[in-house]
Amino acid sequence: MTKIKVEVLDRRQFMLAASATTAALMAGISSANATAEMAAEYIKKLTGGASMMEGKVKIDLPEIAENGNTVPVKVSVDSPMTADNYVKTLHLVSEGNPGPEMASFHFTPASGRANAAARMRLAKTQNVVGIAEMSDGKIYTAKTLVKVTIGGCGG
Amino acid sequence: MAKARVKAPKKAKAGDIVTIKTLITHKMESGRRKDKKTGKLVPRHIIDKFTAKFNGETFFSADWHGSVSANPYMSFSYKAEKSGEFEFIWHDEKGEETVKKSKMTVA
Repeated sequence: MTKIKVEVLDRRQFMLAASATTAALMAGISSANATAEMAAEYIKKLTGGASMMEGKVKIDLPEIAENGNTVPVKVSVDSPMTADNYVKTLHLVSEGNPGPEMASFHFTPASGRANAAARMRLAKTQNVVGIAEMSDGKIYTAKTLVKVTIGGCGG
Repeated sequence: MAKARVKAPKKAKAGDIVTIKTLITHKMESGRRKDKKTGKLVPRHIIDKFTAKFNGETFFSADWHGSVSANPYMSFSYKAEKSGEFEFIWHDEKGEETVKKSKMTVA
């Protein structure tokens, strides 16, 4: 009896170890994606490496974009937009397009609201990152995943 | 250069936040698309800067890159304070500019 029990445990341990290895391998593959790294590098250039906080930024994208040639995107940043507290710039950064830079929107207190809408090309399923630079120097960020059926970057 | 359309209110109350919608016809060639006949890359040609002014003062602007779709649409807001004129400027990489104006009366 005891002998069999030990065997069963061994097999379980082996399976656990094997699945852990597979997970580690898969994680390794996805983090090696060049465009996500390019995006991170580009963000570092935009912010000068300053620390970022999650929140305040909202990026509205369709859950599934059938045509990547023209995907509507709406952005908004939670801010009173007064002379001494407003959003200066909102950058849109792509983690899956040939280049990470998409667009930058520059607001002023006269904008009234830090809202903007545009249409973007998306090459494939990816995260779109928003980076908001506030007038007090703080930086907020958020990202939205969008699934793309047909990519829209030529080829 | 290109045909632009603007939808901006003609009238507003002071303190109102109005929404402006703009559209311009432009291929926004990203420089990554191949010509189907020749197989060569179509050279990059995009509008790289959009500026919105009211009475000469910039209140919104945008930098556009290759990821912006053809015939770029842009919508944004403005806090109405007094009467005057909007001016919208699209600047493309070759230095060409398209300008569109629209008056607004603020009561």
